[in-house]
Amino acid sequence: MKRQAKTRIWNDYQKLIPDDNFYYLRSCIRQNFFPGSEHAFLQIMKNDLQKNVFDDPNHTTCTGIAYHSDLLPFETLQTVAARQFALMTESGYKNAAVSCVTSFGIYSEVLETWKEFPEEEAKARELLWKATGREFNVPENVSHCSDIIYHFRDQIAAGQKYSLINQHTGKPLKVVEHIGCHYAKMFPGKGIGGAEFSSVLSGMIESWGGEVVDYPERRHCCGFGFRQYLIMGNRGYSVSNSRKKFESMEPYRPDAIICNCPGCAMFLDKWQYVIGEMEGKTYGPGREGIPVLTYEELAGLMLGYDPWDLGLQVHQVDCEPLLQKIGVQYDPSMKFKGLNGKNLGKPVLPACFKAAELEVIPG
Amino acid sequence: MDQQKKIITIGGGIAGTEVSSVLSSLGYDVIMLEKSNQTGGKLNNWNHLFPNGRPANEVTGFLRQKIQLQPFRIISNTSVSRVISANGIFALETTAGQQLQANAVIISTGFETFDATRKEEYGYSIYENVITSVDLEEIFKKGKTPLTSRGENPKRIAFIHCVGSRDEKSGHHHCSKVCCITGVKQAIEIAKQLPDAEIFCFYMDLRMFGLSYESLYREAQEKYNIQFIRGRLSEASENQDESLLIKAEDTLSGRPLKMNVDLMVLLVGMIPGKETSGMAALFGLEREPNGFLSVRDLHLNKNRSSLEGVFLAGTCIGPMTVDETLENARAAALDVHQYLQRTKR
Amino acid sequence: MNTFGYKIMSPRTIDFDQFDGRLLNEILEKEPSFRTCLSCGGCTATCNAGTLIDFNVRKLNLLLRRGEIVSLAREIDKCMLCGKCMLVCPRGINLRNVIMLLKKGACRLSECKGQTGVDTL
Repeated sequence: MKRQAKTRIWNDYQKLIPDDNFYYLRSCIRQNFFPGSEHAFLQIMKNDLQKNVFDDPNHTTCTGIAYHSDLLPFETLQTVAARQFALMTESGYKNAAVSCVTSFGIYSEVLETWKEFPEEEAKARELLWKATGREFNVPENVSHCSDIIYHFRDQIAAGQKYSLINQHTGKPLKVVEHIGCHYAKMFPGKGIGGAEFSSVLSGMIESWGGEVVDYPERRHCCGFGFRQYLIMGNRGYSVSNSRKKFESMEPYRPDAIICNCPGCAMFLDKWQYVIGEMEGKTYGPGREGIPVLTYEELAGLMLGYDPWDLGLQVHQVDCEPLLQKIGVQYDPSMKFKGLNGKNLGKPVLPACFKAAELEVIPG
Repeated sequence: MDQQKKIITIGGGIAGTEVSSVLSSLGYDVIMLEKSNQTGGKLNNWNHLFPNGRPANEVTGFLRQKIQLQPFRIISNTSVSRVISANGIFALETTAGQQLQANAVIISTGFETFDATRKEEYGYSIYENVITSVDLEEIFKKGKTPLTSRGENPKRIAFIHCVGSRDEKSGHHHCSKVCCITGVKQAIEIAKQLPDAEIFCFYMDLRMFGLSYESLYREAQEKYNIQFIRGRLSEASENQDESLLIKAEDTLSGRPLKMNVDLMVLLVGMIPGKETSGMAALFGLEREPNGFLSVRDLHLNKNRSSLEGVFLAGTCIGPMTVDETLENARAAALDVHQYLQRTKR
Repeated sequence: MNTFGYKIMSPRTIDFDQFDGRLLNEILEKEPSFRTCLSCGGCTATCNAGTLIDFNVRKLNLLLRRGEIVSLAREIDKCMLCGKCMLVCPRGINLRNVIMLLKKGACRLSECKGQTGVDTL
């Protein structure tokens, strides 16, 4: 694999990412799948990078799920997006930091529509005024949170406590990166590095010491599309997509998968269990499964945050093997304990996974 | 007959050389400017020509011989930096600072091949085993057989048609005409070198327009067992052993197809050369939507540009085969001759 | 084993690396003109059988080249061996010979596999 052309392509798809003063647009479901991630993002931005991020309790879901499931018409979607922009304008922010890739796709789509069809923007303004009495300015910049972490990856690298190097062998860890479809495939110019060789996650991985695995089904969708999986009978279609990716990446023996979309991370994590149950096959060395992390969890791990604070205990595939490879210090006994040491209860380990060996790392 | 009319030819490829030779033999004072240090243009890098496998250096050699028999002035390593035209006289300043004058200018600045790195999904200069037809011809010219990155003879080779042509995403809608027959020719050449290899050509349409091209296609199928699959390549990815996994649709069976190949050859199209675009800007010439220079009349006169006194020869007009280029150059020479005869000054 | 109410689908992509090429090689050896087929569809257009039943002569070439011997064995039965296809073929392929070779080959290979459910026999 040669770098010259890839680097040249990356230079063609560069995106302006602001340095400070972000309005945080949260995801509606991410906090269920990966509870620690959004909190980790705010912590990293405020404490480690000293940036101003405004976490507004008044903003709503982008209604992407409803739109993509044909429950909402496009006009409603535009009005909801307009309301989010109005809240941004009212609190004095011009830069949006979007947590979810579906939302990012929604805002990009709405803004591009307004560029090409100004009458739609006029209509959205009118509808918003009638519904809520609010007015808005179009944001100057809409960046996904992974873009922002990418932008500051060198600063994070400077404060790294751990790096993506296997402590036992001294070699860089092999990491698969998976980009959400709506991040770059809809508008390749809006993704750093374009759609084919996207660099937002691979840039992070390489800055933090790891090695990116390039496998043939790299750009294949994981199957998370609301249309696909909302109805149970359709889920076979979704899981088959993820399975195709797993079959393709398995020979490369990756140590972890990193995603920037909440749906992708959930699917690639949970479908390993489903495939294990349905077909009896588990990926990863010795039936451990391949741990899946969001980019905030990865950044948090690099900076030395406690894995249980980051929410790694709720992952389907146990992350301990990865933590041991990185050499992260953690207390296994605290895994299923909540605040003040309250016992949260331990989930049953599915038969298809081998129990992770719990090493007590002196803290 | 006032034969002291001066002519300047810009571009010393086969078109420029031929038109200059013919005009020089008619007694005109011709100066040919060439940006590199030798004449012959792109044909210098070519090994064998379709459809009969004739060595390209025979053509360039023949043209050089013509120059020796009827010499004219050739200024190498030079291009044009400025043009002023008034009263039918063109005053050119070269990049070497020379001031030249002409009654007629011929533009024969030719083509370039499409830069395949722009088709990211095919992985040229990203993956090890992806080469273009130009790279392959260079390998043949050195007398070698193509090897994979691991130094072995490839057992399965895929030729991909229409790379950078007929493609909205590359910005070039036109058909480059000659790539299909180049693909068939090169496929046969590899089949002769590596008789046990499996060779595939992935095409959208096969353009076998010329004399005996169809027979070459048939021979490729019948004698050399080359398989033609109708389907456009969507992407190529690299496996761990550096072989390539390619995805196309087998449109005739209506199902997607994937296969592993050891070597992939991209048949890159012809696009206007940088000098062609440069001269168009300097002289203020009209261009076609595909970037090549516009001709006065598609049926009656393909050698006149949109500017009086500026003539066109060769592939700066559009994709052409070698024989078409030479024919076009000779027609240009006759047209210039008749033009200069009529404008007596 | 739990199935959760849905099934995992197998890919329908033609995997070129895994196909049974025995019949293909045999036919191409014995009737080399068949290599020149360009799937123009002229044969299928004129075919007597094809106007009445689901039989596609052009697809025989494809089934052969993708190694789908079982499908081929079933299709071959439908040909009436009338020869109209040969009148039309722009490449002059001896199609009746191809059909006969396919019948014999598919028959024999299915026997080798020990399959009894093949309609040809």
